[in-house]
Amino acid sequence: MDELHKTILAYIRREYIEEGDDRPLDVTTPLITGGIVDSFSMVSLKRFLETRYHIRIPDADAGPEAFDSVEKIAKLVERFAATTAKA
Amino acid sequence: MYVTETREEKQLANIGSYEERIRNFDWKIAEREMGFEPGDPVNLGWHLSDRICRSGLGRKRALIWEGSDGAERTYTFDDLRSLSNTVASFFWRLGVLPGERVCLFLDRVPELYIGFVGLLKLGAVVQPLFSAFGEESLLTRLADAGTAAIVTQRKHLPKVRRIREKVPHLHHVVVVDAAGLALREGETAFDLDAEPQSPGFPDFPATPETPSVLHYTSGTTGPPKGAQHVHGSLLAQYLTTKWVLDLKEDDVYWCNADPGWVTGTSYGIIGPWSNGTTQAVLDSGFSASRWYDFIARRRISVWYSAPTAIRLLMREGTDAARKYDLSSLRHLASVGEPLNPEAVHWSREAFGLPFHDTYWQTETGCIVISNYPGMPIKPGSMGRPFPGITAAILDPKSHVPVAETGRVGLIGLKPGWPSMIRGYWQNPEGYAKKFEKGWYVTGDRATRDADGYFWFVGRDDDVINTGGHLVGPFEVESALLEHPAVAESAAVAKPDPVNMEVVKAFVTLKKGFSPGPELELEIMNFVRKRLSPIAMPQEIAFVETLPRTRSGKILRRVLRAPEWGEPVGDLSTLMED
Repeated sequence: MDELHKTILAYIRREYIEEGDDRPLDVTTPLITGGIVDSFSMVSLKRFLETRYHIRIPDADAGPEAFDSVEKIAKLVERFAATTAKA
Repeated sequence: MYVTETREEKQLANIGSYEERIRNFDWKIAEREMGFEPGDPVNLGWHLSDRICRSGLGRKRALIWEGSDGAERTYTFDDLRSLSNTVASFFWRLGVLPGERVCLFLDRVPELYIGFVGLLKLGAVVQPLFSAFGEESLLTRLADAGTAAIVTQRKHLPKVRRIREKVPHLHHVVVVDAAGLALREGETAFDLDAEPQSPGFPDFPATPETPSVLHYTSGTTGPPKGAQHVHGSLLAQYLTTKWVLDLKEDDVYWCNADPGWVTGTSYGIIGPWSNGTTQAVLDSGFSASRWYDFIARRRISVWYSAPTAIRLLMREGTDAARKYDLSSLRHLASVGEPLNPEAVHWSREAFGLPFHDTYWQTETGCIVISNYPGMPIKPGSMGRPFPGITAAILDPKSHVPVAETGRVGLIGLKPGWPSMIRGYWQNPEGYAKKFEKGWYVTGDRATRDADGYFWFVGRDDDVINTGGHLVGPFEVESALLEHPAVAESAAVAKPDPVNMEVVKAFVTLKKGFSPGPELELEIMNFVRKRLSPIAMPQEIAFVETLPRTRSGKILRRVLRAPEWGEPVGDLSTLMED
């Protein structure tokens, strides 16, 4: 697992999973449909990604499907990091 | 402009002629249909299960449940009858007494739905709470209600444990999935599948006035208030479900509201089951593909949803809907916030059916204004009063009904329908303030047109309606002040294309703290964990000072108006208390 996946995974574990909640979590675990991150909390997760990686994710690209696993989120970050770098 | 229906027009709606119903209405219609005799006990739990079995529907499916991981469980009405007896017996043995408050702090798992029915049979007052609530929100509501027991899951248990010492009256913590978990003193495991079955239970002889459900609702000032419902609410919930949601014998119904909120109990449990209807529950977060797949596989025919969800689906486009066979749908309704006309038109395009807006509140217990099946709807309108409900537009100052159409005023309702709450828990003053000149004043502003349709304008107070949930600014402001960096705080509604409104906070910082995106995110997460994701400010403005009246009260209106592009008004007048 690379640094990007590790960082996002650690953030989700820290911020969205209760201490003592022993549910397994890996990069493929469904986050939105699995009830770990709800649509309101997606706003703070998006804010974290934008702040941490100095990117801007348009709302149109930040739907529940795109945030449904660490793997998908990492792809989103890579996509917008590349766009930002080109700009 | 009217919109008529397509597939639905082919069927006769339960309500029949609206005008005829208005002329001949009597709540006794519900009593007769449900077989009430004067003086009979009216135990809600019995009516949702045993009565349906007695009518010959014991083998019919009551609940089709599907988890986020694809797990499935199905229960017939006979299962519901016997398992709710098992729940009632379990809590009776535990020592829970009729009238004591029992909190259901659960995701949308079968134990929540069956537990609700069982606790009503016992005569306990059911206090459902949204399982995403943070510990502060949970604590406030348990402390206010003097809750004696809480039913929860292992994933929420850490939250309960952290606040337990602060609620000494909370004698029992019941965990529904405790296998392999080391439980502490006062914690008990309850496994619905493994618990010895209790085929019979002597239901509590509830009268129509016996307290049943306690739902907490937010206001502008002070902590949330416990809205006290009664067993007799059943009559209104039964009939509004039948006439507004139009449930029929072969329907498979889906209400995607969480029972932590009133829609999830009035129309996610009581309404469908009192009508003997099969309902499907999806315990999963939002995803357009997941939802459409659920509707298609479960052959959902009647769907009660919310504008926020509809707008999220709209974002995915009509093509996303067309990938699935949604031909089972025949009636759609919506609640929580005003349904914008675009959503009505879009749903006709996507599903071949319009969403019907319905209006009501935690306090009303049932739908009071609605668009009805089989009748033309005006997109953007709340519809017309339910038969038996007297609704008026009241002058905001005199509270006298205004006769002219198009004038903005407050929606007032004449008390007396069966599901109106009987008070706020231990707060008679707060309840008394809701009434003026014999009208229950909803706090919602609206107009009425010449055809008698009501049109929502906005709230008359500072309560924030986000995604159909009411958030009290006081709660958010109090939580913000607990963050070490925050000196002063204010919370207002900000417009949002999906959620209608979201929380925006304004804060001043203590010395030694500097504004920035990291601090903003930290404060957002702080509020989310203490209160709930719904109450989390989606934007925080760091300001030097907050506008106040001469006596120091924060002027939320001055902060709110620019967010909505409205004039702030005369500040010198506003500063007077």
